[in-house]
Amino acid sequence: MTATAESTESEFLSGNNTLKSRLRRAERMRKLWALALIAPMFIFLVIGFIIPIISLLKLSVEDLEVGEALPRTVEAFREWDGEGFPPPEALEIFAEELVISDENKSLGSATRRLNYAFSGFKSMLKKTGREAEEKLVGLPPDQILDGFIAIDKDWGNPEYWLAIKDAVGPLSDFYFLWAVDRQRDEEGNIIQRPEDQSIYIDVLLRTLEISIAVTALCFLLGLPIAYLLATLPPSKSNLLLILVLLPFWTSLLVRTTAWIVLLQNQGLINDMGILLGFWDEPLELIRNRIGVYIAMVHIQLPFMILPIYAVMKGINPWHMRAAESLGAHRWLAFFKVYLPQCLPGIGAGILLCFILSLGYYITPALVGGPQDQMISFWIVENMGRVLNWGLAAALSVILLGITLIFFFIYNRFVGFDKLRMG
Amino acid sequence: MAEVGQDRPSTDSADHIVRFTNVQKTYDGEILVVKDLNLDIRRGEFLTLLGPSGSGKTTTLLMLAGFETPTHGEITLEGQSLRSTPPHKRGIGMVFQNYALFPHMTVAENLAFPLQARHMPKDEQETKIKRALEMVELGAYGGRRPGQLSGGQQQRVALARALVFDPQLVLMDEPLGALDKKLREQMQIEIKHIHESLGVTVVYVTHDQSEALTMSNRIAVFNDGRIQQLAGPEELYEKPQNAFVAQFIGENNRFGGTVKEKSGNVCKVALDNGDVVSALAVNIDGDGGRTSLSLRPEAIFLDPAAGSCENIFDARVEELIYMGDHTRVRVDVCGNNDFIIKVPRGASHVALETGTKISVGWRSEDCRALDAA
Repeated sequence: MTATAESTESEFLSGNNTLKSRLRRAERMRKLWALALIAPMFIFLVIGFIIPIISLLKLSVEDLEVGEALPRTVEAFREWDGEGFPPPEALEIFAEELVISDENKSLGSATRRLNYAFSGFKSMLKKTGREAEEKLVGLPPDQILDGFIAIDKDWGNPEYWLAIKDAVGPLSDFYFLWAVDRQRDEEGNIIQRPEDQSIYIDVLLRTLEISIAVTALCFLLGLPIAYLLATLPPSKSNLLLILVLLPFWTSLLVRTTAWIVLLQNQGLINDMGILLGFWDEPLELIRNRIGVYIAMVHIQLPFMILPIYAVMKGINPWHMRAAESLGAHRWLAFFKVYLPQCLPGIGAGILLCFILSLGYYITPALVGGPQDQMISFWIVENMGRVLNWGLAAALSVILLGITLIFFFIYNRFVGFDKLRMG
Repeated sequence: MAEVGQDRPSTDSADHIVRFTNVQKTYDGEILVVKDLNLDIRRGEFLTLLGPSGSGKTTTLLMLAGFETPTHGEITLEGQSLRSTPPHKRGIGMVFQNYALFPHMTVAENLAFPLQARHMPKDEQETKIKRALEMVELGAYGGRRPGQLSGGQQQRVALARALVFDPQLVLMDEPLGALDKKLREQMQIEIKHIHESLGVTVVYVTHDQSEALTMSNRIAVFNDGRIQQLAGPEELYEKPQNAFVAQFIGENNRFGGTVKEKSGNVCKVALDNGDVVSALAVNIDGDGGRTSLSLRPEAIFLDPAAGSCENIFDARVEELIYMGDHTRVRVDVCGNNDFIIKVPRGASHVALETGTKISVGWRSEDCRALDAA
């Protein structure tokens, strides 16, 4: 009797073990399947998004141009303590490498980098490179600095030598300081950049200002629409929803250019206004902030309306009646019972709208004036026209950082899981 | 027929708190959801509006609460017309089907809401909230959110919130519909007790007849936009005035037939198969008119002694259904093979088996001759 009981128990245990391993195998297969399903997207994301972004952002802290053109000079300048002028040995190496790079024509990007520190550096370097072979090579150590000065008297200014030392790389805060209108002086202290180069703080504040204003306008316009959408009978609300979504599905460029047609001096609105006698001179509706606000609010509205609508749709319509039956006026019921329940949707709408506004480029570029360009415009400008990729990357990092901060605020107060788009 | 069971408006206003006078309601301009409603709600009573869905009972309640306006007629509360009084000024407590508790507020804040809307001082609010929560036995739950409570607890909070501001009248729209059977029965008793201890007037809407019978002082049975009968539970069950009420409240055996002769309040009815039954004349047109006979399953005797009832017939047992405390016997009698007899456990001295022939009988006063509908 006991023996049979034991044997069945051990059978049960071993049976249990094989059951466990079978379960594990089945689970493993399922996990592999899941991984295989997300793998294409994940690989695409890594190759197409994460790697390029990281390598671009790396440019913001790298300072390699001078080191690539003049590798030994950079080594020698690193030894220099920055007092007075560089030692003669360093100057000798510099002179030799200038000769080599002049022959190879490999000085280009280094001159551009040094020109960021002082305009005029570029031509000075080129001139020195051309004349280095006959005027510098072979000079005794105590005369070599004078040789440099003989080619260009600016070599007598220690700040130029410091600028070279500042660019030895490989890492530097040069571009980040530039992106917030700062630079380092001879002692290495962070100081304000010259007035004519200080634009990026203004641009950053302007970007935030436009984003906040657009978000606020979207909220004021979007809340009543979302409420209507959620409370109208389905036959009417569906039509309204299509009216909200139709522009949403239209190309951003098309909508922006449509606004140009409407808002320009000989555009529809001005023509109508003058025709009907509302005003005599064409109103300035474009190439200024008004145009930017009108076009951006129009484009951003669905991002405000849809999350609020999605949340409102889930609110029990009897709550308003319950509040009224308890003695609250309709408005009190709305503000104390209905609106607080919309908060996740309102939070989602505001943050989504704000974050998307931060990165606007095409719309302000097309309908705004020079004083309405946002940070993305200057990233494009530095990337494409000025070819200052380091500064473009630094500005990008700042924009990305602000965006991430708001994403985390959003996650903290609303939660990504609550992000509903209707 | 139309005035069956309806209270005609009386002249004294002391005993009624609400009066519906000739109230009609249509949503689409074609179909009247409520047809010519006249109803007095007595002060302090528990009145149930009972009926199938679409019978107009909820519409009646919503008109009283102020969420729907009557298309015609007038509703008065304490003698004052409600025509231009918005819902929030009516001072009527309401418990909703889905509780409608505010999910972003705690239980105590939910209860404070009607008090804040009335600008009651803070300390007075707290006393009232405490008292209301204790009344529904949720004294310790003030800090919880509705989402953290069970269905039954949420229902109690909804009840407490509707009562916390001491309304004279409380409306309840199928408040127990979402609860399971056991909890529902428990809550029925609890609501009944609260009603009795507060003396508040309750108007309760349900489609569950047993709920109505358990809780109410009076029940208004609605069908097709009209009150079919308005009476206490006992009268409604035992003396239904028409075929709909007989059918809707409790179980009922029906026969169709023609009135042969009427003498006093007893009449002879020829059933469709030719048998003649003696019945109580309640609601018939007169000799030759169609009628339907209503007979409760528990009012039927098995194998009665000759002469003990006016109606004795042979029947054939079709089916036995054991229900624990009683057995349902389906028999074929007088051409009706869906005739149900309830036999209490141990009460039958006849051996019942499917296919056996038995005799069944009933008294004529238990067999009510009603309209043919």
